[in-house]
Parts: sequence; structure tokens; C-alpha cells
Amino acid sequence: MTALIRETAGRAADCRDRTVTSLFFGGGTPSLADIGQTEELLETVRENYRLSPDAELTIEVNPGTVDRDKLVRLRRAGLNRLSIGLQSADDEILARLGRIHTRRQFLDTYREARRAGFENINVDVMSGLPGQSLSDHLDTLKYVLALEPMPEHISAYSLILEEGTPFFAMAEKGDLELPDEDTERAMYRETDRLLSRAGFRRYEISNYAREGFACRHNCGYWTRRNYLGFGIGAASLFDGIRFSNGPGLERYMADPLGCREEPQVLSTQEQMEEFMFLGLRLTAGVSVSEFERLFGCSMESVYAEVIEKNIGQGLLRFVTCRDGDGREEKRLALTEFGLDVSNYVMAQFLLS
Amino acid sequence: MASDQSRIRNFCIIAHIDHGKSTLADRIIEMTGLLTSREMQAQVLDNMDLERERGITIKAQAVRTVYRAKDGEEYIFNLIDTPGHVDFNYEVSRSLAACDGAILVVDAAQGIEAQTLANVYLALDHDLDVFPVINKIDLPSAEPQRVIEEIEDVIGIEAQDAPLISAKNGIGIEDVLEQIVKKIPAPKGDPGNPLQALIFDCIYDSYKGVIIFCRVMEGTVRKGTVIRMMATGAKEEVVEVGYFGAGQFIPCEELSAGMVGYITASIKNVKDTAVGDTVTDADNPCAEPLPGYKKVLSMVYCGMYPADGAKYPDLRDALEKLQLNDASLYYEPETSAALGFGFRCGFLGLLHLEIIQERLEREYNLDLVTTAPGVVYKVYKTDGEVVELTNPSNLPDPAAIEHMEEPIVSAEIMVTAEYIGPIMELCQERRGRYLGMEYIEGTRALLKYELPLNEIIYDFFDALKSRSRGYASFDYDIKGYEPAKLVKLDILINREEVDALSFIVHADSAYERGRKMCEKLKDEIPRHLFEIPIQAAVGGKIIARETVKAMRKDVLAKCYGGDITRKKKLLEKQKEGKKRMRQVGSVEIPQKAFMSVLKLDDRK
Repeated sequence: MTALIRETAGRAADCRDRTVTSLFFGGGTPSLADIGQTEELLETVRENYRLSPDAELTIEVNPGTVDRDKLVRLRRAGLNRLSIGLQSADDEILARLGRIHTRRQFLDTYREARRAGFENINVDVMSGLPGQSLSDHLDTLKYVLALEPMPEHISAYSLILEEGTPFFAMAEKGDLELPDEDTERAMYRETDRLLSRAGFRRYEISNYAREGFACRHNCGYWTRRNYLGFGIGAASLFDGIRFSNGPGLERYMADPLGCREEPQVLSTQEQMEEFMFLGLRLTAGVSVSEFERLFGCSMESVYAEVIEKNIGQGLLRFVTCRDGDGREEKRLALTEFGLDVSNYVMAQFLLS
Repeated sequence: MASDQSRIRNFCIIAHIDHGKSTLADRIIEMTGLLTSREMQAQVLDNMDLERERGITIKAQAVRTVYRAKDGEEYIFNLIDTPGHVDFNYEVSRSLAACDGAILVVDAAQGIEAQTLANVYLALDHDLDVFPVINKIDLPSAEPQRVIEEIEDVIGIEAQDAPLISAKNGIGIEDVLEQIVKKIPAPKGDPGNPLQALIFDCIYDSYKGVIIFCRVMEGTVRKGTVIRMMATGAKEEVVEVGYFGAGQFIPCEELSAGMVGYITASIKNVKDTAVGDTVTDADNPCAEPLPGYKKVLSMVYCGMYPADGAKYPDLRDALEKLQLNDASLYYEPETSAALGFGFRCGFLGLLHLEIIQERLEREYNLDLVTTAPGVVYKVYKTDGEVVELTNPSNLPDPAAIEHMEEPIVSAEIMVTAEYIGPIMELCQERRGRYLGMEYIEGTRALLKYELPLNEIIYDFFDALKSRSRGYASFDYDIKGYEPAKLVKLDILINREEVDALSFIVHADSAYERGRKMCEKLKDEIPRHLFEIPIQAAVGGKIIARETVKAMRKDVLAKCYGGDITRKKKLLEKQKEGKKRMRQVGSVEIPQKAFMSVLKLDDRK
């Protein structure tokens, strides 16, 4: 934490003239950190950065790691959004996932958070888990929707096995009893149906929000706004350059400002690729005019063939909506089917 | 230096693979003082990387060394190394014809193998004097006395005074050298007669043109002689003659009867200098060519396509270059609907095919897609025409076919008694016709079978090894053609016939092969946005089917600030994978799927 505070203060010079509109305190279990130090970190941010008055300030919280007092102090320190990792409302499944919390502990944390004055709360849930049935998953969703008051935001992830993880190794060996494809797809469809009915709108592949509560911070990643990451291995994008801190703990502690790895200066081509594959994660898709404004050439001139092909296959579509100023704008977005196979579509937007 | 015939010994070493042929050759070269052991690169004779890796000799090589024998005289040794695989039997026979004697190397632990026998018989057929050497006597499992008796019983040659050696550790080599002098006859022939020289190999050199490796039987050849190849008719003036140093050519004045050496004559194409052909003096020709010349025929064919269509000219150039050195490699352009422009290539056998494939990939950096290898079928049409079919896609309309014939080999399989059952079963499965069995000692048997060539080109050798725990050895000769009930098996992917996947198969195994092919392809073809039926068909009738289910989910659930670089790598990998696919209709087929037909044996 001391090193993190040092880095946060030390990096301020990088963005003197910028306004910070969001802050996300996540990765690992930040709710375990000493509350005094957390307060100090937020103080450091306020002292060194120009923080917008309506900034979205989120902290990730694991159920059972915070009590009433801590939540109150977090809220008082200025944090205004919580992201709570429930994953499943079934204690047996939680145990199988290696989670240390129970459904009861989640409920306590949620209630205390509301009481402490958090009016913007996200709950993480997961589908496609080992041993999970469709009704297990629906039970979790119904449980979340029955909370009083209902959360403002729900992140619903389907389990993706990634190479190198213990689950991946287990699945390869056939030791993992995963839901079959039909069940998994049904979970995914039902999530959308159930949450839509409850007034949520899916605005990104895995994210649902009630009107006005889309996570501003995460949307920044997909629309390629500048962000600075502090901490071990933290990644940043700043004025077309991607860089991140090295992964070593000791090195970071010793010199938090000196452990950045080789920055990657993105070429125009790479920026176009990112614009497309990140922007398409949003159900609103990417703006045709913004592409032209950013890159000085039309989206059609670069991607006509890919776009046409994918529209033909029912994976992409053009939609017209109103931008912030009420003007009509043309956007390119994934269809329902396109969202299911988004990697397949996105890979085609790579240019080299 | 001694050059009269009585001081020349032309010989080769014959052995089963791994019995130590190349190692013994190295020791002989080392001990005769041509090279010190420090200069010796292990196995001087096998000078292609591939040969060293696979432990087999692909092209014949020769080396001349000088040995001062115990009788005080200096002898010239011409050691001609022979290729060590059945694919190259004809080359072996020509190398043997260039020798007067042979050393038979037998492993003191393994004893006689099928290939040993085949090679010995080949040598005896060429009237070579053969003396045995028992190698690897320092192995704990060595049983030299048993092996000596086996040689006498089975081959019927004297073996009591066979040198007991370890080529690897340099034990007993001098014994071998002395026996070469005593037991291998000096060459005959009259230097004054009209020139008659046997071509036993040739290589292409970009400076000298074709370099002919030859054994002069009669007469003399020198710079300026106008030579004529009696079979091909090519005629050129000799630029240089010489003999073989270790890894280098050493020019000399002349080559006369009994000598082994090389000739260069500004010949641009190895096709003009066929192995087995006779070189004579154009102005004073010999009456008859030497016997035994055969035009080399390709036995196995396959399609070779560049993975990247744009590399087609590179593949053509590479094949052209390889052919300069390898007249037995055949190729002609062909076009496949699925694979684009490529070549139909002909080979002596599957090993030859693999070697060429590896050389194209390694030495010429080409990424290849190879179609299932097949043999040459004879198609007798109702109108009396006979078509030699090398590409299944060219099979005439079944209504126009009277009958078809396939090549048959006579095979000899040597196996220890306990594995006779499984091996006979294997031969049965492969449509073998049992001819007989001979026991060698009490524990080993030589099985004789006739087998269709197309049943042994894929994986017969592997199957043989796995069913005998490596104890069986195998040798074969092409016997001829026989009628067979053959059909063309077509593969349809998403209801479109994929020409590059068609193959000819015996009617009785069509269903089985079709089923396995579909199963294999189902695993190889990635999911698409739509369901893909994979069907096997004979004459338009579907005999097997599998389905690649439609892709329903391909998504990365989380992608936040720290995931973006990784996400891009994932997408790149996905895109890269697509580049290695071939588009057939609306389906993308991975290139390795085209070779999957090769690996259908379910016993592995």
C-alpha cells in the first residue's frame, strides 16, 4: 500500500491538465486492505489529481471481508460504487470454486453497504460453473433480483476456461463436470431474458445495468479512453501508448515508479483494430463517424469487406441511434448471434 | 601409388538397419589413414543431414582409401556405400553390381534380419564374394557363436573365421581389413578393350554439372574421351575423371578397367545419366551394354501443394533442384479444386516420399500440404484403353471401366515365433496372400506373403513393429499387377466433394475407411457458424457420415484494462489459425486434415 501510494502520487505529473472521471480500486481483494491506508490512498488521489466532482469511484469488495464500520469509512472516504463478487448463491458451488464466502455473508455485506449509503452497487455472478444446473443459475439470478433494493448493475460472466489455469487442466483431464453446451447456452439466454424483464439492459457482452448505471470506468476501456493503472502488473493506455508495470512484488515495493515495462506505441492500424474489437463489445457498437474523426478515413474504406461478410452472416448490423447531442448517428454493432461468437467476428478486424 | 588391378578391392558393406554399417565404414576409412579420427566427422559416408538423422543411407556414396596390408603391399580400397531401404532396392542392386565383394555385418545380439537376408541374396545374385563380420560383440547380450551358426545355417556361407568386432569401439577392425584383402577378389577387365562403365549413382553440382559415379568394367576413360550413355543416348566429351577422397573429388589422369571413380562431362541433367546405364566410348563403343539396366518407375504418388498458394513457383523451383540429384523423383503440375495449384509427385516408396517432403520443408523452407499417397493402378477401360492412374480424381467414369488392377509385392517378414500369430493376422487384414513359412533356428520364422502395395504404403511398417514389439523385420519386391475390386472413396464436406481427399480403396474396406475418415475429419475441422456434414461416398452412395456441430459460443467474457493486450494476442492466434486453412466452398479445412487419411490405424 505504501508503494502504491507512492506510485499514485509520483505519477500525477503525467496528467497535470487532465480530469479524472473515474477510479476503480480492484484486482486482488482491495477490501482486505487496511482502511486507514485506503483512506490515505484516496486522499493522495484528491491531492494530486483533478478529480471531477461527479467521478465514479468504485471498490471491489469480497463478501465477508468488510464490516459495517469499514463500509461506512469507505463511503465517507468518497467511494460511491461497490462491486461485490457473489458468483453464485449456492454455497456448495461456491465451495467448489474455492470461494471463502457464503450466501449469508454476501447478504450481510450487501445490506450493510446499502446502510452505509452506497447507491450504486454491482453484483458479479457466474454461469457455466462445474456442477451447476440451469435452475441453480436461475436461482442465483432470482436471488440477486430479489435483493432490497435491487442492485443497479450486474456483471454476468460465463466461465471461460483459459489455458494455464487449474480449471483448464482439470477440464482437459475430464475431471471437471461442466454443464453441457445446451445448458450453458440456456443459462446465457435466460440471464438476458430475466434481467431484461427486471429492467436491466445488457450494454456489454457480460454487463447489465439499470438506466444510467452502466459502469463508466469499464466503458472507458472499451471506448479507448486514457487510463492509468497503478500497482503490480497494472496496465495503462495513455495517448495511444500501452504500458504496464512489471509483475514482480519485490521490485515494485523497492521502486514503484521504476518498474514499468517496455511501452507499446500503437500504430494507427493497431488503434483502428482496438477501436473495433473493443468497441464491438458494447451492444451500442462503434460509431462510424467517430472512426472517421479519429483516423481520417472512413470505416468502410478499411473494413468494407469484413463488414459486408459479417452482416451477410447475421453477425453484425448497422444501427441508427441518437448521440449525446441528439443527432442521429450510424453505428456498427454485433447482433445477438454476433455477441455469442464475438471472437470469431473480432479476429477478422485485425489488419495484419 | 599402386594401380594395377591386383591391388584394387571394390566392395560394399551390407547390413540390416542399425547393425552398424556406417560405423564400420567410418572405422575402415579412419584405420586406413585417410583421415585422422579428429578430422572425421562421424559417419563420413552419410553426408546428408537427413541421412544422419534417420540413420539410413539414401544415396549411394563411395570413398577410396589406401591400406598397407600385413603382406607389405598397398591396396586401394573402393568402398561403395549402398542405400539401406527397400524403397531403393534398384539403386542397391546397381551399387552391388559395381563391387566385386561385400562385407556382411550382422549384429551379435540381433542376428539375421529380413533385410539382411534380402541384401545377402541380392549380393549373391550379383556373384559377389561375401564374408561376414559379427559386430557389437561388446554388448552384454551378444551371442557371437549363435549368430555365426545362424549365418552358416540360414545363408550357407562360411562364418567360422568371421571377425568379431565392435565398430563403435574400434575392436577387430584390422581383422576386417586383412579379410578384405584376402577374401574379396581383385577386379578383372582389360584396359585396352572398348570402354564399358557402370553408372551406380550421379549427383548434380552447379559448377561441374552432373558427376557420374561409375565402375569401369572394361577399357579406359580419360579427359577428352567422347562418351555415350547407351540407354539414354546422351553424348558428351569428358571434362574430368577422378576418384573419391573423403568428402572431396580428386581428379586423376584416367580410370581404367577395375577402377571406381567419377566422370564429369558438362552434362546438365541427371535424366541423361540414369543409374544402371552403361557409359561407353562414342568413337569405339563396346558391343553390349552391361546387364541389369531398368528404367526407374515411381511406385507411390501423392499431390504436393504449397500451403501458401503464392509459393507455387518456389515449390516448382525446389522440385526442379531436387530432381537434378534424384532422377527417381517425378513431378508434374496438377490443379485441385480444394488445394489450388500444385504437383502430382511420384516416388520410389513412402520413405522416399517422406524424405523429399522433409527436404522441401527444411532445405527450401516450404510449408506443404500433401494429399494421401497412393499407388499406380491400371484401369482397363471397356474400349480397350489402359490408363495408369496416379491421381484418384482422374478415375474414368465407372461405366467405362472394364476392370482395375493393383500392384502386388512379394514380402518377406522375419519374426520371432511368439509374434507369428499377430503378424499373420496383420497380413490377413491387409489382404495378404500367405505363401509359406520357413523356420530359422527354432525360434524365428520367415513368413512369405503377397500383399497389395497400397496396403503397405501407409502404416504397415509401424503396425508390424507395434505388433511384434519391434522384433519383426520386413522386406519386399514388386511382383506385378493383379485384378482387384477397387472403388474410389469420395469425401464430401458440407455436401461438396473435396477432390484432394478422394482415394482408391478395396471395395471390402471402403466402409471401414470411410467411417474412420469421417471421424478423423470431424475432429480436424473446427466448428463453423453452421453445421457441417462430413460424408464418405462410393459411386455417389453415402456410406458414412459425421457432423461438425455449429459453433455456438466463442467469446471472452471479461475484457478490462489489463486484459486488452492478451485479448489481442488471442484474436491474432485465431486469425493466424485461419491462414492455415483451405477454403472449400464455405468451409475452412485445416491443412493437416488433408494428411489425416495417413493416420487411420486404430491400434495406436
